[in-house]
Amino acid sequence: MTLTVNGQSRSFAAIDNLAQLLETLGVTVGKMAVELNGRIIPSSAFAATPITADDQIEIIQFVGGG
Amino acid sequence: MKPLVIAGHTFHSRLFIGTGKFGSHETMRQAIEASGCELVTIALRRVDLDKNPEGDALISKLDSEKIVVVPNTSGARTAEEAIRIARLARAAGGFTWVKLELTPNLHHLLPDPIETLKAAEVLVKEGFHVLPYINADPVLAKRLEEVGTAAVMPLAAPIGTNLGLRSIDMLSIIVANARIPVVVDAGLGMPSHAAAAIELGADCVLINTAIAAAADPVGMAKAFAKAVQAAEEGMAAGPRAPRSTADASSPLTGFLWEK
Repeated sequence: MTLTVNGQSRSFAAIDNLAQLLETLGVTVGKMAVELNGRIIPSSAFAATPITADDQIEIIQFVGGG
Repeated sequence: MKPLVIAGHTFHSRLFIGTGKFGSHETMRQAIEASGCELVTIALRRVDLDKNPEGDALISKLDSEKIVVVPNTSGARTAEEAIRIARLARAAGGFTWVKLELTPNLHHLLPDPIETLKAAEVLVKEGFHVLPYINADPVLAKRLEEVGTAAVMPLAAPIGTNLGLRSIDMLSIIVANARIPVVVDAGLGMPSHAAAAIELGADCVLINTAIAAAADPVGMAKAFAKAVQAAEEGMAAGPRAPRSTADASSPLTGFLWEK
């Protein structure tokens, strides 16, 4: 299936839920935020959030800034 | 000076530090610790999925027991984008403070007053402690105070310029009228600039580039802390007002040639 992750189109074999997607991508950020199609998903709901083709996902972290 | 209290939190240091541009997280951590600073700003960006999916370790270097960590909305060009970033920051780390930073033009990075006010109204209602980065505009500062922002953060000069207190006359008006803390943000390049801001009556300063991009960031953080402390102590000691005519320090009597 094809998903848009952080603005880039990416192909995956089979992804059922958000937790699985993050694992596949190797994302292990401690404090991060995830948006699925513009909606913020709390980390407690990652495993229970299904992913379907053409979903748009943003994975956000904290960096240095003024 | 009375203690600095923002959104019910008492700060012992009048120096806030931005965490951008440091050569390493360790240098940043040392600079924060050496300065005694109790509020830092951070930014939100996409995780770099190709180069660093494990993510930036920044947050783990900040002791949130000792320091108030304030995500900024840098990069936002509209109220909608800034609100989205603030909500993401709250979802990601439970952060309830936000530095509202809306800079549509990447050349001068000056804040958009209209979008900033719009975003402030929404975020205050959502329970955020909003710290809006603004041009040194006394009318806008008042309007933001009226919508309930926790402080205002007028600029001294454009971000990263190190020019010092270029907006000094407008800052004086803001300080004279504000009923919420005034944090002078952006453009301060030298410790003396920070001291001058406090002597002007500002409650606090926020420094990033001048510390992070110095040859010795830890040394510069200490220097800013001392300057701010000196200005605070000087203000507490009751400075005399400037006057336009001389007032002799030495007695004007008993000269040797008097007859």
